[in-house]
Amino acid sequence: MMVSDRFMRRVKAWMFRHVHGMITCAEFETFIVDYLEGGLGPAQQRIFELHLRICRECRDYLEAYRRAVAMGKAVFDDGDAVVPADVPEDMVKAIMAARAVDE
Amino acid sequence: MLATARRILNDDAAAQDCVQEAFLNAFRSLERFEARSTLATWLTRITINAALMRLRSRTRRNEQSIDELGPEFDQNACRIEPHWLFPGDTDELLQRREIRELVRAKIAELPEQHRIVLMLRDIEELSTLEVAELLETTEGAVKTRLHRARAALKKLLEPLWRDGMA
Repeated sequence: MMVSDRFMRRVKAWMFRHVHGMITCAEFETFIVDYLEGGLGPAQQRIFELHLRICRECRDYLEAYRRAVAMGKAVFDDGDAVVPADVPEDMVKAIMAARAVDE
Repeated sequence: MLATARRILNDDAAAQDCVQEAFLNAFRSLERFEARSTLATWLTRITINAALMRLRSRTRRNEQSIDELGPEFDQNACRIEPHWLFPGDTDELLQRREIRELVRAKIAELPEQHRIVLMLRDIEELSTLEVAELLETTEGAVKTRLHRARAALKKLLEPLWRDGMA
């Protein structure tokens, strides 16, 4: 028998209130940036991952979020994102020449 | 430098003007340049500053509220989220020009102050502290804006996952 999403959310809501160390999905949201950067402390990390294990919606959300970030990065990864290493050499010479003139 | 300016300003002509301005600014502040290893960073920083100045003076377009693009929760703070079946390999999909253009267009739709943070953190790969300094705000505010920008981008890209990328 298929369990409805609404029923599952009610079960989770009960767990959020009664199970020690559980956070709500809304609280989970506030940890995402730090989690992806490896910036959570050990206790926070455990709490975050406990929530991830029991919450299908947050797992799906996080995966979609990661994909959105990856796609955003990829579409601008055109090899023109940073000043190439060989350009600064010319620039250094130009700057040094300009400095010499100033001095 | 041009690519950086383009990403921030979303406008080729303005980006070119911005780079010229950045070069002028760089030569005006030569004494602040200290070591060759920091030159690329220094020039990029000057370009970003010039682009941000231009953005501040630009009339803001009508933007969708970031709140409308955020995650959804029920009355118990439980997330409401569809079950995603992601089609194919993301890298493979991004080889397609129309998909890349669509993703860029969706990023351009983000409210400006969130789009800028996304650009500076995720694309230019500046640190949270660097972005906070450039935008004259706190690291906490940068993290909040970054998260909301990414969440909004996810929402804007959902039709790709829902309707497929065929």
